[in-house]
Amino acid sequence: MTPAATGRAPAHVRPFSMGTTERWIWLILLVIFAWAASRIDLTWARFVLGLDGAAKFVHRMLPPIFNPREELVKGLWESVQIALLASAAGLVLSLPVGLLAARNMMPGWVTWPTRLFITLCRTFHPVIVAIVFVKAVGFGALAGILSLTVASIGFLGKLFAEAIEEISMKQIEAVRATGAGFANVIAFAVAPQVMFRFIGFTAYEVDSNLRNSTMVGIVGAGGIGGTLFAAFQRFDYDFVLGIVLCIIVLIMVGEVAQIAVKKVFRQ
Amino acid sequence: MTPDAYTWTRFTPAERLRRFTVYLCMVLAVGVSFKAVNVIPEFLYDAPAQMQDLLVRMWPIEWRFYFTPQNTGAQTVHQALMDSLAIAFLATALGLLLATPVGFLAARNINRIVWLNALARFILVATRSISTLLWALFFVAMFGPGALAGTCAIAFHSIGFIGKMLSEALEESSPGTTEALLASGAPWSSRILYGYWPQVQPAFVGIALFRWDINVRESAVLGLVGAGGIGMVLNSAIDVFEWDRVALVLLVILLVVMLAEVVATQLRKRLI
Repeated sequence: MTPAATGRAPAHVRPFSMGTTERWIWLILLVIFAWAASRIDLTWARFVLGLDGAAKFVHRMLPPIFNPREELVKGLWESVQIALLASAAGLVLSLPVGLLAARNMMPGWVTWPTRLFITLCRTFHPVIVAIVFVKAVGFGALAGILSLTVASIGFLGKLFAEAIEEISMKQIEAVRATGAGFANVIAFAVAPQVMFRFIGFTAYEVDSNLRNSTMVGIVGAGGIGGTLFAAFQRFDYDFVLGIVLCIIVLIMVGEVAQIAVKKVFRQ
Repeated sequence: MTPDAYTWTRFTPAERLRRFTVYLCMVLAVGVSFKAVNVIPEFLYDAPAQMQDLLVRMWPIEWRFYFTPQNTGAQTVHQALMDSLAIAFLATALGLLLATPVGFLAARNINRIVWLNALARFILVATRSISTLLWALFFVAMFGPGALAGTCAIAFHSIGFIGKMLSEALEESSPGTTEALLASGAPWSSRILYGYWPQVQPAFVGIALFRWDINVRESAVLGLVGAGGIGMVLNSAIDVFEWDRVALVLLVILLVVMLAEVVATQLRKRLI
């Protein structure tokens, strides 16, 4: 009797066994793993040696200190400023860019280059973009603001375009039927449909910019990162821990604020 | 105009007040930052000229640098790129390994012990709020400069993201299968392996691919703090103002990141 007729699998078939494709995938992953592990010299001996280093490192880190205090506060405050200004600039620039990239609002010859521009903005890590801007506008907060603005356009532009592409076209047709021009269609048919989602994306982006603004200082683009990296290179590990704790608190406050803002705008 | 009982308003006065307060705070925060931020105007006026100078120095890109090191003993761009890819792959694997148990512990429908649940959630938030570069600084101090520190850095930063997505997928899984297993007297290991795992496996593959794509990007910056990968070559080229090499490295990063995105999307389409 066939298994189908009895309605149950024969005893020799294991119900969760791997298929051939799955076996191949695991084999390929294993080969890549072996190559990668040999490439970066991943050995147990190095790991044990690292644990020894870790013990020393932790010993030198404790207890954390928060001095020089004014340097710490100044750096944190500058990071917040960079994040806020970059988010504001990123938002203002992303609105038109997102609209130009939406395929249901614009012809193909407009969306295609705009999408390429957005992808370019998103490709590089903000810290790498910061290197280029440090060369262009010198050390300081301006380089950080510009690099995070680029990152914001990459992130917000993409999400704005996707949100606009998902809207209902019925409202657009209705507003057009009243004889409204392009600006009125945007203001009364598109904007109300995407407003709430845009606020959510922007709140998330402010949060993300706050994280990155504490890091761009490593390459000299302003904020607490510069203080942190300098302390690290001086082996002032206790001050490093103090700065890191402050950064974590700052980021958590940012996340709480983000959730609170989203709650206010929930309908 | 005050709304009377017959006039429809979308929001209550309290809602409108709250919204107005948020808008006001935002505008004030940006305004205060704008006044306080320390920007030197001369640098801003100079920017276009400097940018042009930078582009002139970057062009033409010196292609043969791809296989020739900066000085004897240094890495070529190709070697550093391979290191970056190895770091991204290993870090994703290690991140998945570390994050899966935490993800299971953070799912409220699986782990009913409240304090353990809170602990798992705290681990997820904490690992995510420390950025890759910070983790890299820590691991460089532990293991010394090199790719091993970079791998650990990306893996630890990934824990939060992978664990959060996995626990969300687990919480959305249907309880039917697991209840059936429970009724037949299956132990918890079987419930996880045959009840939950098959349900979240597609999500798991998706998360792994998505994170790998992000990790390829992240592996490019690690070198700036000495944690291996293509960033090391970038950093040393910038230190000696060798802009044509910088341009080559940036172009290579651009191509690899775009390729990784295409590979991840295609695999996601095929596998899920």
